[in-house]
Amino acid sequence: MLKVHDLYNFVISRRFSHLKKLIVFFILFLTIPSVGWSKEAVPVAEDPEVEKRMLALTMDLRCLVCQNESIADSRADFSNDIRREIREQIKANKTDQEIIQFLVARYGDFVLYNPPMKPTTILLWFGPVALFIIGLGSLITYIRRRREQIEETPLSEAQLRKVESLLNEDKGKNV
Amino acid sequence: MMRYLIPLFAFMVLAAFLLVGLTLNPRQVPSPLIDKPAPVFQLNQLHEPDKVMASNDNLGKVWLLNVWASWCVACRDEHPLLVQLAKSGIVPIYGLNYKDERTTAMQWLKRYGDPYTISIVDSDGKVGIDYGVYGVPETYVIDKKGIIRHKQIGPVTADSLQKTIIPLIIELQKQA
Repeated sequence: MLKVHDLYNFVISRRFSHLKKLIVFFILFLTIPSVGWSKEAVPVAEDPEVEKRMLALTMDLRCLVCQNESIADSRADFSNDIRREIREQIKANKTDQEIIQFLVARYGDFVLYNPPMKPTTILLWFGPVALFIIGLGSLITYIRRRREQIEETPLSEAQLRKVESLLNEDKGKNV
Repeated sequence: MMRYLIPLFAFMVLAAFLLVGLTLNPRQVPSPLIDKPAPVFQLNQLHEPDKVMASNDNLGKVWLLNVWASWCVACRDEHPLLVQLAKSGIVPIYGLNYKDERTTAMQWLKRYGDPYTISIVDSDGKVGIDYGVYGVPETYVIDKKGIIRHKQIGPVTADSLQKTIIPLIIELQKQA
């Protein structure tokens, strides 16, 4: 067993170079504290079925404190409380629909990552489609108009003669 | 000319939307409980743990429910205003001590002043969930019929008291 005294002797001894001492301390640093760092794993839940349903539900719910995280991902106190509440409600045989209604009644549609279709959310649901149709429409009209703009101008007399001579020249070579 | 004006116009519309978006506060999530009956609760009191206070006891008067905790820093900011409001006698304030330790909460009130008619304890945050609390402090204005009329998210400020909360209370007190 390594004792503090041995360590002290090792540090003050001249038999080892600074580099060797450094390496030994580096290894000690990497190995010893690792026991102290990690905590004992907290059991996920007594009931894996409940946990599975709770996770599936909270994946689509927004944590109101850390708004870009789902309640499933978030470690905020708020999310802990909501997860606990959902676990209790699952154990009380509430349906998913009932649990979501419970939360929406208290926190509003904002908790849902999947917003319901309502007059206030029509723009949200159909805005992108509308923008796409507008874009597609303007692209089509643009292409059509451009096609009309490119008129076919007939060749002038001089150009025609030049074409003729070039073609004849080609024929002459081939023969 | 038009081919330059249309993209410019489109850009200006986009910029206007983004500008409005910048001024909005994403923390202010509108509560669905406004104009709905305040969730009913029965909770133990902070100072006298064996006594219970029920929210229905307050039917017939306009009251404030202030959600606070001794661990909440912003609560310290709003606290002098609440003490002042309580002294003015305009409206009774009830304190919901949210997820806190009883002894530290009582020490906190001794130190910063106690504006609450009654303090009640929500140690596990269950009533907090019923009220849609997602941060502390939050303050609810509840009318004589027990309906939530306003929710202040975050600390009460002198401005919000003067412009919103006190005028609303006075108006609600006039109603039968």
